[in-house]
Amino acid sequence: MPFIANTDADRKAMLDAIGKSSVEELFADIPEKRRFPELKLPEGKSEQEVLRELADLASRNLTPERKAWFLGAGAYNHFIPAVVPALASRGEFLTAYTPYQPEVAQGTLQSIFEYQSMAAELLGVPVVNASHYDVATALAEGIIMALKNYSDRTEVLLPRDLHPEYKKVVELYLEPFKVELREYVGAPEVAPVSDKTACLVASYPTFTGEVYPLAKAAEAAHSVGALFIVQADPMMCALFKSPGAQGADIVAAEGQCLGNPMNFGGPFLGMLGTTTQLMRKIPGRLVGQTKDSADRRGFVLTLSTREQHIRREKAVSNICSNQGLTMLQTCIYLAAMGKNGMRTVASLCYDKAHYAAELINGTPGYKVQTNSFFKEFLISTPIAAEEIFDRLVKRGFVPGLPVSRYDASKPNELLVCVTEVNTKSEIDSLAQLLKEVAQ
Amino acid sequence: MSIDAGARYAESHEYARQEGATVVVGISDHAQAELGDIVFVELPQVGKVIGKGQNFGTVESVKAASDLYMPIGGKVVEVNAALQSDPALVNKDPYGAGWMLKVEPTNLSEMDQLLDAKSYGKTIGEE
Repeated sequence: MPFIANTDADRKAMLDAIGKSSVEELFADIPEKRRFPELKLPEGKSEQEVLRELADLASRNLTPERKAWFLGAGAYNHFIPAVVPALASRGEFLTAYTPYQPEVAQGTLQSIFEYQSMAAELLGVPVVNASHYDVATALAEGIIMALKNYSDRTEVLLPRDLHPEYKKVVELYLEPFKVELREYVGAPEVAPVSDKTACLVASYPTFTGEVYPLAKAAEAAHSVGALFIVQADPMMCALFKSPGAQGADIVAAEGQCLGNPMNFGGPFLGMLGTTTQLMRKIPGRLVGQTKDSADRRGFVLTLSTREQHIRREKAVSNICSNQGLTMLQTCIYLAAMGKNGMRTVASLCYDKAHYAAELINGTPGYKVQTNSFFKEFLISTPIAAEEIFDRLVKRGFVPGLPVSRYDASKPNELLVCVTEVNTKSEIDSLAQLLKEVAQ
Repeated sequence: MSIDAGARYAESHEYARQEGATVVVGISDHAQAELGDIVFVELPQVGKVIGKGQNFGTVESVKAASDLYMPIGGKVVEVNAALQSDPALVNKDPYGAGWMLKVEPTNLSEMDQLLDAKSYGKTIGEE
């Protein structure tokens, strides 16, 4: 049987029905010379030659394996224990899309349930769903939850220091809604909430690394009947008070840092959690624990009535994709690290980042701009940050993100990230190199 | 199937029963029986003004999630908080302990547009 199932006779019947004599006629709108362009592909090569060429191309990438890595800005370089890829790549986890039939997918469902449980503990909320594409889409879905909860409220308050890419995604998701996105500057507790506010969004930390306490912001939002949404670094939640414990109604977090490589920007892991009061409004899949007819522990999709396959157009969201592989990696990572391991990694990030900040602050021409931070902080630079970047990369150091890549009006700002992976000698050398390039 | 003779009914199976200045709203015994075991009832915030025929909440059973519509327009003055912890009250006693809202009607004459117990009985095939 041919792969394309329609026969010459089928095609003729379809062409007759639309009054065309050939398939080519359907492409008449495309200029003729563009229709079948010559691809100019080189001659075929042997497997060995292809591998060598690809390895050569790959060696031109800047990767944390070959450079001292101080770049974060949303994608973080943390150590991934070998147990994570070893278990995640086991055949039992290789599965077709949407593996939710409880009769055949207990293993997958259990891994999702355990991910949800550990993630909920970390973020300080009772419920976390089976995941989203990344934190930006999770945040956008969280805001939509708030808007659908208060159909008469029209305002969303966003921090000005929200990651510029998250902001773009949120703007795109909310385009069809009749809402006003308003930015506030500084601490979330001083954001201008009112009875029009559907939700107040806070970043924990902000794009430039600032950590603001959240409890008063939660109170301010709740005092006007608005929801309080926090976009968080989940690694930070192992050391700092979780957003849930500070009164967040919805928490969105980027799970890439928990057992997933940076992957050139994706796939990432969008974590989204909420309170029991709002759990019937959370989008995406939820896996719950139950018992079968013989009283044995088992796992099933739960609270499915929220979702579009049952509620159709009235569902809170139509999203049903989750990030199975990255979620599994995070599940294994969290289980392998445990509570103490997570705290140790987070403490190392904190201590090393503060050591680096102190050194850089003592370097002539540089000044740390972030007041209170976890692992990432903003510095002002005596020469253009982009120039520092270029010169340090040649010396084997990726010094951070020149903020000018997002905002041209800020040429002398560099966002520096330090994790448990950075050694003391790397940090010392970074400070030394920063000093040299400024002279 | 029981039909509260003192209440009036919407074709979407919500009842409205006048009690002094307020109107008690819930779903009929027929509706709860059709839905099956009710596991969750979502109700609006107190103080909200909702028009007749507009959505005021959701009732979720093991079979389906159904929207609830106001049989009469008005301001929600009380919601049955007991349904949060025990939604099965709607199954057990839809006209009593399973009530959903108390409404201060905007226009009490809207009650006249609803079916009386006898007519409602006919629509669900009971005489």
